[in-house]
Amino acid sequence: MSNLYGDAMSYVPGQPIAAVVERVQIHKLQERNNLILGFSIGGGIDQDPGQNPFSENKSDKGIYVTRISPGGPADKAGLMMGDKIMQVNGYDMTMVTHDQARKKLTKKNEAVVRLLVTRKSLEEAVKQSMGVAPNCNTATRHY
Amino acid sequence: MDTESTHSGYSYSSRSGRSNRHGDRSRERHKASSSKDSSRSERSVVINPPDTPSQESPVHNGEPLPGEPTPDADHGDDGQDDNWGETTTAVTGTSELSLSQEEVVGLGKGIQDRTQGLRRYFPLVVGLCVGLLVVATPLVFLLLPVVMWPDRLQACGAACEGLFLSISFKLLILMVAIWALFLRPGRASLPRVCVYRAFLTTLTLLLTMSYWLFYGVRILDAQDEDYHGIVQFAVSLVDSQLFVHYLAVVLLELRQLQPCYSVCVIRSTDGESRHYNIGQLSVQRAALSILEYYYRDFPLHNPALLSASKHRAAKHLAGLKVYNVDAFKNKLRTYLLDTPGNAAGAQAANGNQSRAMVTAAAKRKDSAHNELYYEEADYERRVRKRKARLVVAVEEAFTHVRRMKKEDERAAPSDIMDVREAALAIFPSMARALQKYLRTTRRQHCHSMESIQKHLAFCLVNNMSPKAFLEAYLAPGPTLQYGPERWMADQWTLISEASVTSGIKEGTEFLLRCLDFSLAITIKSIPYIRITEEYIDPKSHKFILLLQSETSV
Repeated sequence: MSNLYGDAMSYVPGQPIAAVVERVQIHKLQERNNLILGFSIGGGIDQDPGQNPFSENKSDKGIYVTRISPGGPADKAGLMMGDKIMQVNGYDMTMVTHDQARKKLTKKNEAVVRLLVTRKSLEEAVKQSMGVAPNCNTATRHY
Repeated sequence: MDTESTHSGYSYSSRSGRSNRHGDRSRERHKASSSKDSSRSERSVVINPPDTPSQESPVHNGEPLPGEPTPDADHGDDGQDDNWGETTTAVTGTSELSLSQEEVVGLGKGIQDRTQGLRRYFPLVVGLCVGLLVVATPLVFLLLPVVMWPDRLQACGAACEGLFLSISFKLLILMVAIWALFLRPGRASLPRVCVYRAFLTTLTLLLTMSYWLFYGVRILDAQDEDYHGIVQFAVSLVDSQLFVHYLAVVLLELRQLQPCYSVCVIRSTDGESRHYNIGQLSVQRAALSILEYYYRDFPLHNPALLSASKHRAAKHLAGLKVYNVDAFKNKLRTYLLDTPGNAAGAQAANGNQSRAMVTAAAKRKDSAHNELYYEEADYERRVRKRKARLVVAVEEAFTHVRRMKKEDERAAPSDIMDVREAALAIFPSMARALQKYLRTTRRQHCHSMESIQKHLAFCLVNNMSPKAFLEAYLAPGPTLQYGPERWMADQWTLISEASVTSGIKEGTEFLLRCLDFSLAITIKSIPYIRITEEYIDPKSHKFILLLQSETSV
């Protein structure tokens, strides 16, 4: 990563973010009247970032996955606790309020959400496999 | 043990207008401090016989002391400006005749006090006379019929005798009330008579006179036999007097208690200012209460701290000289062309002259601000250094003495001292550091040696810590704390555009001037405050937590 880009886990104002992300596709499950995804989110630009247990940089106001209900759609899709959600169906999640994030995830007319999530272990994996096999499930996105 | 302590007496003669007040002061004199009666010679004022041209005789409030020949009359011609600097110094250490300061003060004050005494007790005397008249009148009303026509008088029944009881108690209450309110020595002598007091005295006398008139005409002349009616008449007089006394309490004491005005008092020399709330008062009574606050709150006026700014101000304009070019041009024109000069041009030049000086002074690159900055930094450092040494010296001195306990009774009697001796014993070890500190902060004239020893004895008796002892010397205290000879302010002049017996109003300004400085006083009224109420149901306090929410999707 070059120095011009901010780290995904932190936010440097004015700098684009480069991150290693994983594409996660979750099919919503119909439960009574709601379509649920089976995980909980925390964070947002209107929340207190210092209380986020999963972020490395305590000024990071992004949306984090705080809990996964075991056996739910998110768990089956491979979402893990502590992931930072970067995009939902093409909508940016790095600079949204908590309520906006919730709304993007719970649109009633969408049955599938495609998330781009990042976690620390992804970067390690990319560093290790750099130059070995370009064909992976991970992609590098520039924000 | 003789130790030296440096102490400079405050020169009394520098009070006169002629000597250079902020210039040289008396030189410090080294004296032995162990003898208790050395106090009298510490503050000495030296009077030279007038044939020596180098001294002036001291004066008190601008008038020469009785018995001293008037100075300056003899040597008006001699001594051109060669000796000018020396002639304005007041005190040296070498002369034949010396008086101590108390004697000098006493000479002038003896004359003043006699007139003051009369003025102080005049309201007391008036109050006493009116009170006696007021108390005696009902008794006279009751006694005169019994004395003058006892045979025709109707017997006094039970109701009438009950009224005797009432009149006696009311008279007793009236006497105590008059004593409490009026028969007090005045605390100040104001320039004009208080309007309310005059009004109340007049009202009382009017009341009494009208009752006497009625009594004289309707009862004495007619020789009324109804004693019951006469007694009731006397009781009604006492009741009226009590109501007038109630009016007096309200007008003289209660009316000024509720604060209506906010007063700002600024001292002219160093800008010390305070704010007070006072009630409805006349200008002179407001000035009186402000002066009482002054003595309590304002730190002692110290002229030694004021000389620096005057020197700076003098230096600003010292180097500039104004040349009037227009006047020169006019003169040249008249000389060369023989035409009358333009007089108006010369006058306008005078107005421009001051403006030119101001702008030139502003543009001049002088380093006065630089000097001031470094001077002040240096002064702060010196004061802190001296203070550190002083604190250490005092703490060490206090460790040498402690209260005697039970087991010390067996110690040798020469070691057991009373508090005065203990103070004298530990004083020398801190005296030098204290004198140096006071000299650095220019307050050495406020504290004499025996006042320091007295304060030390006081602190030892009351088990105070060294820091408590030192606090009196680290900061200038309120003016009242020092004796009257240090106040430099006992005769005040009230300068006011409004009449001094009129009430104070918003925007009133007046000046209280004493010899060395003045207090500028401005008055603002306290705003009319509107308070409305709003009811909040205690159950309406509900809260939600916004931060760090977690939503399930």
